[in-house]
This record gives sequence, C-alpha cells and structure tokens, in this order.
Amino acid sequence: MSSDVIITSLFIFMLAAFVGFESIRRIPKLLHTPLMALTNALSAIALIISIVILGQGHTTYAQVLGFIAVVASTINLVGGFIITDRMLKMFKPRERAPKPAAGSEDGVA
Amino acid sequence: MDRMNWIELAYLIAALGFALSLKWMSQASTARRGVLAGEVGFGIAIVATLFWPGITGEGFILIAVAMLIGSAIGVPLGLLVPMTAMPQRIALSHAFGGLAAGLIGIAHFFLEREHFSKFDLGVIGIEIALGMLVFTGSLMAAGKLQEWLPQRPIVYPGQNIVNAAVLAGAVGLVIYQIYNPDQNWAVPAIAALGLLFGVFLIIPIGGADMPTVIALLNAYAGLSAAALGFVLDSKLLIVAGALDGASGLILAIIMCRAMNRSFSNVLFGAFGATDAVGEGAQEQGTYRSASVDEAADLMKIASSVVIVPGYGMAVAQAQHKVRELADALEKEGVDVRFAIHPVAGRMPGHMNVLLAEANVPYEQLLDMDEINSDFAQTDVVLVLGANDVVNPAARHDKSSPIFGMPILDVDKAQTIFVVKRSMRAGFAGIENELFFNEKTQMVFGDAKSVVAELTSEVTGQRDAIGL
Repeated sequence: MSSDVIITSLFIFMLAAFVGFESIRRIPKLLHTPLMALTNALSAIALIISIVILGQGHTTYAQVLGFIAVVASTINLVGGFIITDRMLKMFKPRERAPKPAAGSEDGVA
Repeated sequence: MDRMNWIELAYLIAALGFALSLKWMSQASTARRGVLAGEVGFGIAIVATLFWPGITGEGFILIAVAMLIGSAIGVPLGLLVPMTAMPQRIALSHAFGGLAAGLIGIAHFFLEREHFSKFDLGVIGIEIALGMLVFTGSLMAAGKLQEWLPQRPIVYPGQNIVNAAVLAGAVGLVIYQIYNPDQNWAVPAIAALGLLFGVFLIIPIGGADMPTVIALLNAYAGLSAAALGFVLDSKLLIVAGALDGASGLILAIIMCRAMNRSFSNVLFGAFGATDAVGEGAQEQGTYRSASVDEAADLMKIASSVVIVPGYGMAVAQAQHKVRELADALEKEGVDVRFAIHPVAGRMPGHMNVLLAEANVPYEQLLDMDEINSDFAQTDVVLVLGANDVVNPAARHDKSSPIFGMPILDVDKAQTIFVVKRSMRAGFAGIENELFFNEKTQMVFGDAKSVVAELTSEVTGQRDAIGL
C-alpha cells in the first residue's frame, strides 16, 4: 500500500471515529444493550471481504477460511439485527390512556 | 466509471446508513429506525459486493450456501435467546465477529503477501492477533456468563508475568513476520498466540467486571475490522470498524468510571486480591430482618418507593414479578421508580432490557445520576439482588476495595428493604455495611418468590385467601 493510501485511510478512520464518538456519547444508558447488539451486527462488516475471498476462490485454503468467515459473520449480522430490533420493540413509553377493564379485574380478586 | 467505482459508491451509501443508524439510536423513539438504516446499509453493501470482479460461478454457489448456513444459525439465535441470556449472547456474537476477521486476515495474508508493504504486514499481524484474541476471549466470557465456567476470577501466582510473556511473544512474532513474510509458520503462530492470550486475559476476570470486558471486546472487534480495512484499502471496513470501536471504547470507559477503576486494573488487577479483606471484616454488628407482610404494609402506605434491581433479579428471572409489584403499588397510589446503576448486571444496560421486557415503561427507569438526589425524599427502597452498588462503604471507607466507586445512595431513604438469600457476603467478598444500617431490614428469600408474595400482600389477595 502506498503512503498516499495510508494517509487517506487514516483520515477516514479519524473522521469515522469522531462521528462514532459524538453520536454514541448521546445514546442514553437505557439503550446501551441494544447499542451493543447493533454494533455487533455492524462488526460483521468483514462479511463483504469474506464474500470476495470465498467467491474468487484462488486457493482451497482461502476458500475454506473464507467459507467459515462468511458463515460466522452472517450469524453475527442476521442474529445481531434481529435481536436489536427484538429488544427495541420492548422499550415502550408509559401508556397515557386509562385502562378500560380495570374495574372488572378488581372484582375477580 | 468502472465497476469498482460503482461498488465503492454503493459502499458510501452503506457507510451513511451505518452512521445514521447510530444517530437514530440516541432516542428510544427513533431507535428502531436506526436498526432499519443499518439493515438497509448492509443490504446495499452485500448486493454491491456480489458484483466484485473475479467471483466465479462456483464461488456464488459457495457464498449462497455459507450465507444460508449462517442465517440458519443466526435467525434462531436472534429470535429464541431469552432476554436473561443477553450478555452471553452478545459475547458469543463478538466471538463470531473476531473469528471471521481473524480468518480473513490469515487468508488475505497468504494470498497477497508478495504485494504487501511493511506497513501492511505489521497491520495484518496485529489484526490477526486481535481477531483471534476476541474469538477466544469472547467465548471465555460467554462461558463464564452462562456459568459453564466458574464466574469467580481464577488467579494464580505469576499470572501477569505469563500473560505479559504471551503478549510479548505475539508482538515479537508480528515484528519478525514484517521482515520475513515468506515464512509460512509465523502467521499461524501469531494466530495461536492470539487465541491463547484471549483465554488468559479472561481467566482472572470475575463476573462483576464482565460489563467492562464485554464492552472492551466489542472495541477490539471493531479495531480488528478497521485494521483489515487498512490492509485491504476498504473504506467501508474502516468506517464500520471505527464506529464499532468507538462504541465499545465509550461503553468500556463508562463502565470503568462507574466502578472507579482503570482499564489496566480491570484487566490485570482481578478482584481476587480483595478476598482477604472481605473475610477479615466479617463481624460488622447486627442486622434486622422483616417479614414479607411487614415490608408489604410499609410499602403500601409509602408515597414513594424506589426499586433497585441487580444481577440477583436477572438470576432469579424476577423482572415480570417485579413489574407486577410495581403495578400493584401504583394502584395503591404509590409513586414507583427504578434506580439503575450503570454496572448493575453483567453488561451495559442489562437491567433496562430486562425491565423493558417486563413492560416497565422506560420513563420509570432512572440512571444513578438522575435518582441519587431523590433518595432523601424516598420513603421505601427495595434492593433486589444488588449489593456492591449500594454499599455506602464506597463513599467513606478508604480501606474498602470499592472505595470511590459511585453508588446509589439508598441509605439516605427512610427505610430500606434488602431482599437476599442469606447474609453471605456478595460476589466480590465485600461486606456490605448497608445491611447493618439501623434503617435497613433484611427480607430473606429468593427474589422471585419474595416479590410475588409482596405483590399478593399489597393487592390483598393473600389476606382474602387466608380468611
């Protein structure tokens, strides 16, 4: 890799890390577990390179490693997004409307 | 524009999706939109990658098969894992991420090493070591959280020296490999040392330190993806890796601050050293205990109750019962809130997820900073399976291992009920002076059944049956 490319990459890394810090700093503690699950899914980004290495199949060795890597990162990707959404679905604000059948419940008790 | 330019352009849109997804995560109301943005970004990236030059027909079939296998495992893992098992689920998923990054690093090294500069060789060496470390480290963490491995820190004499030696070996090999890229053994050896280091790093870490460690492994996984991006000149990998790394690092810092400890202290200090202190300070005086009836009566007539959940609530899977108790108290006109310490549980935000699962509205879940000033005006505090995070010794006892750790000031409330199985010292072996406070009353029993009894007592059901 030439020095030019390295410098460009460092620029991108620095700016992305800055964007990451600034947006994540604002995420409330309430959502930290979903955040971890989400970034988990994002860290499956190695999938795109795994796909290329598996797809080009230059050597059997690379194919085997690529295959395992595609499986592993797909697990991460699919599972990560599903579980994040599952968790977020549970976070609900307080219901303002009064519960309609509250009176009858008391009667049973 | 050639084909690669179009692919890169698609990756640019994907990167925007990732950035937006983090931005929208900043509020509960927009968070699900954030997930969607991430999914769309990923979808675009994957489709674009399929147009990469040089992918063969056989390659497409293999890709499809591998992705199907991955989905067949990933979908059930996403849908079926219970919320109480979330910490180990997250740790396991870090393990897969680390494995993929490490293996791809190795494959790429052997395919392209003739074209590598010294910088590339150095970065890929670090990347492989990091990926493998994340793999075994996360597996170990998941094993401890699932209790397949003992949760207690395992320490032995000379541990730090052994760990330092493995680390030095890995660093030495990375340097060796920079100057001898034609050696076939060096990179597999780096991978092996990475695997070993991951195990050694987690062995001395106890359950209470897991939130920091999981966050840190998250950061390492991100850094290894970014390192791979540097070697492959893939801007998307750099961006996603940087976002992931930043997230893990911020969470780890928050966790460390919440425990008043440094990274190195968490990673190399282990809590084992505090055992002696805990055992020496057994006799702290007498404690009072209360029956469920007494506790329920007092909570019923209180105007404000704060519930402090801890890992014990997760272990007992008591979150649904806790919510029923909160509902019953609210019906009696009591103001009920939850006080969440940042390191309560085994991962950042653990308690929030469990209580959200039990349908507790998130306005009722308050951070330590939000609620601490309110304890003085609180009538009753109910401590459920939390221990160190409510120990007042952290404020004043300089000899205490947890001195300086920010805690929930529950001792300022009028009355404190602590639900606990027995008077046994907590996980870290530290005696909790809150239990011996004259305003504190212990309610002995399993968190789930005690809370259920409290609820029926508050609603009056138990009396009705008894009569």
